[in-house]
Amino acid sequence: MTGSIMDTFFEECEELLEAMDAGLAAIEEGDQDAETVNAVFRAVHSIKGGAGAFGLDDLVAFAHNFETVFDDVRSNKLQLDEKLVQLLFRASDHLSDLVTCARDGGEVDQAHHDVLISALGEYIDDDEEELVFEPMGVGAAFDPAPLPSLAEAKEATFDIRFHPLKEMFDTGNEPYFLFQALSDLGELTVRLDDSELPGYDAMEDGESYLSWELTLVTSENRSAIEAVFEFVEGLCELSISSEGEEEADADALAALNAAFGLPPVEEESAVALPLEQPVPDAVETPAPVDAVAEVEVTPVPEVESEKVAIKAAGSKKESTKSSGPKPTLRVELDRVDRLINAVGELIINHSMLAQQIANLDVSDTRDVETELEGFKNLARDIQEGVMAIRAQPVKPLFQRMARIVREASAATGKTAKLITIGETTEVDKTVIERLADPLTHILRNAVDHGIESPEARAAAGKEKGGEITLTAAHRSGSVCIEVKDDGAGLNRKKIRQIAIDKGLIPENAELNDSEIDNLLFLPGFSTAKEISNLSGRGVGMDVVKNAVTALGGRVNISSNPGQGSVFSIILPLTLAVMDGMVVSVAGHTMVVPITAIVETMRGNDDMINNLGADGTLLSIRGSFVPICDVAGSLGLRSNTGDEPAGVYLLVETENGDRCALAVDDIHDQRQVVIKSLDGVCGNVPGVSAATILGDGKIAMILDPESIVTASSSAAVFDTDRRMSNAIAS
Amino acid sequence: MKTKVLAIDDSRTIRNLLAACLEEAGFEYHSAVDGREGVDLYPDLAPDVVITDINMPNLDGFGVIEELRGDGINSKVPILVLTTESSADLKARARSAGATGWITKPFDDDSLIFALKRVTGAVA
Repeated sequence: MTGSIMDTFFEECEELLEAMDAGLAAIEEGDQDAETVNAVFRAVHSIKGGAGAFGLDDLVAFAHNFETVFDDVRSNKLQLDEKLVQLLFRASDHLSDLVTCARDGGEVDQAHHDVLISALGEYIDDDEEELVFEPMGVGAAFDPAPLPSLAEAKEATFDIRFHPLKEMFDTGNEPYFLFQALSDLGELTVRLDDSELPGYDAMEDGESYLSWELTLVTSENRSAIEAVFEFVEGLCELSISSEGEEEADADALAALNAAFGLPPVEEESAVALPLEQPVPDAVETPAPVDAVAEVEVTPVPEVESEKVAIKAAGSKKESTKSSGPKPTLRVELDRVDRLINAVGELIINHSMLAQQIANLDVSDTRDVETELEGFKNLARDIQEGVMAIRAQPVKPLFQRMARIVREASAATGKTAKLITIGETTEVDKTVIERLADPLTHILRNAVDHGIESPEARAAAGKEKGGEITLTAAHRSGSVCIEVKDDGAGLNRKKIRQIAIDKGLIPENAELNDSEIDNLLFLPGFSTAKEISNLSGRGVGMDVVKNAVTALGGRVNISSNPGQGSVFSIILPLTLAVMDGMVVSVAGHTMVVPITAIVETMRGNDDMINNLGADGTLLSIRGSFVPICDVAGSLGLRSNTGDEPAGVYLLVETENGDRCALAVDDIHDQRQVVIKSLDGVCGNVPGVSAATILGDGKIAMILDPESIVTASSSAAVFDTDRRMSNAIAS
Repeated sequence: MKTKVLAIDDSRTIRNLLAACLEEAGFEYHSAVDGREGVDLYPDLAPDVVITDINMPNLDGFGVIEELRGDGINSKVPILVLTTESSADLKARARSAGATGWITKPFDDDSLIFALKRVTGAVA
């Protein structure tokens, strides 16, 4: 039970940390109104509260310092200036690290921790810290059932005299319940003292006339009895005396008083406890009588008038119910995934059914087909609905990226600001989770290599601070994430030279700008002369590409010298189902993602142009596109070369080049359920996943991108060159 | 009849902890995510006791107590303040608004039940 509550706590921490970051970002932007500041305070406060419940002392202690500073901001004791805001950002990042450590284990950087603690400490008055911070528990004085002392619990008789002041009744405290709680401690005798009760005529409404004399025989000590009266302290006259009481109990009382900041009481057998004067005034809320009266004469429904009366009776705030968050339901991810699987099976089932019906020897299947179409539409609706459950806005991810940019800027001494656009764009949860690493890498690169130093920027006539824009948008069935910086742009000459030096391309390779830019994604490429400890952590942009490809997406880069670079990541909306074109290749049925296909065409002799010994080009409306034989590149059949294939699928590669995939035939276009091959077989170049078709057979889902590159990336470059030569001659 | 508790806290963690503890102890547990929702829920729910956090959006714990004790609702049920703040003046402020008692976070199950017992007499 505690485990699952702890899970809840960490989930909640994620949300609170996001809220905190969002609040701090708003504050940095100049929005320093009370509600924004309060929201951040509450976030820190809630983290502290929850952490306390699980005994996460480090987290509590740090959150406490953070909170204390923020409380001063809240009460205007501290002014938010640039320096403080930056400190708060760092503290927020560190708090996030502490949460992660508490959840996953591990250690935070202790030196960094101490630096932040002392930096926060500079904003905290010494006495303030002492006063508020009470680390764990409520203190032994309030322990509900103190263990009997080891020296065998001795019974003692306590005489208690209790007279409630009338103010006690305004707080909802009832003497009866207190006596009940006392009777749990031992044998209790209750005597009512009504001697103060005046005659009926002299009685005043609400006045307290009764007193009680209680005798308690108990093995508990005095502090247990005092704990019972904790809430009414100051609201009653109370005296507790005993005969067999141990001396040690006086110490307990001293501790109790110390807890309330009271002077130590002289040791004596009876101690009176009217500790504070009650504060009766504030209880009577000065309700504006005329306002209430007005309500009463206004002919509005009763419920309505009651509401108005409540407002008149003291609350300043408007009801915010209507503008509150939409009700939500939290569901385990497993359940959603089971549903997604079931929907996948439903779609497969539909395909099978359709195929069975087609195979039936029935003359008129029109009615059945209409119903089947309805079935298909419903399945699609359900699928979209389920996908929507998994979809989450990219906002939290983007907010984390703000931290990356902050840290990268600090580490490089550059000034860079992250601007986010399209934060509400919703993307599959898994995609968001797996995007964090590639995005982090791209952003670090953007700060490290993209944005110039302030001096260089000034020299180029730019603002000293660089800008990185992170955009998310839905684009025709895909999600597009773009990272754009306004830095120097890619140094193509340098990139080309490095690629040649590392043997990634032949020296005589003729590459266009876009091809040069995309060299960055080749494994083993790194432009940094010396590996900077920021972006160059021994991984190159190929890791980014692999991560994105694993999500069924592609990444592209474009750059303008002097104006900056743009990294685009294009991802499918869902990881579970896609629209595919079912084709046959050398007797095998395969699926090509629709999103990759630009155009399809039947092949004929006129379209084929030979180029050199083994190159073929497809002529489409006056332009030439290299042909890639799918069967050949998958090793299913040797490349026959100049024979026209049945069908060409014109696909666009990630750098915008086109290629014609030669296949034997097209069968169908349909939704297919993506079944991962992970753990079933290793990475097969050209194949991204598998699916189950209507006839129950398994078909491979092709990855056009890798087929094109795998078939012969050098040959494509080579072909390109010869093609341009051919066109020129 | 189970004792009906309305817990008002914006932290899901705390609500879950309260729910686990109170339901196991035999209380009927209801919750609200902020002060406003708590006050809105109160009339129809008619709980036997209210537990409220102090720092909350929309309406804070002091606001909750004031509205519940105010002329509109005129509640007489015990209200326990659940707070990490242990400072005496916050307690005094809560009490002067009409709070019955307080539970200091982090609470353990025993001290929570003990506090409830002292204000409602409910034996768990």
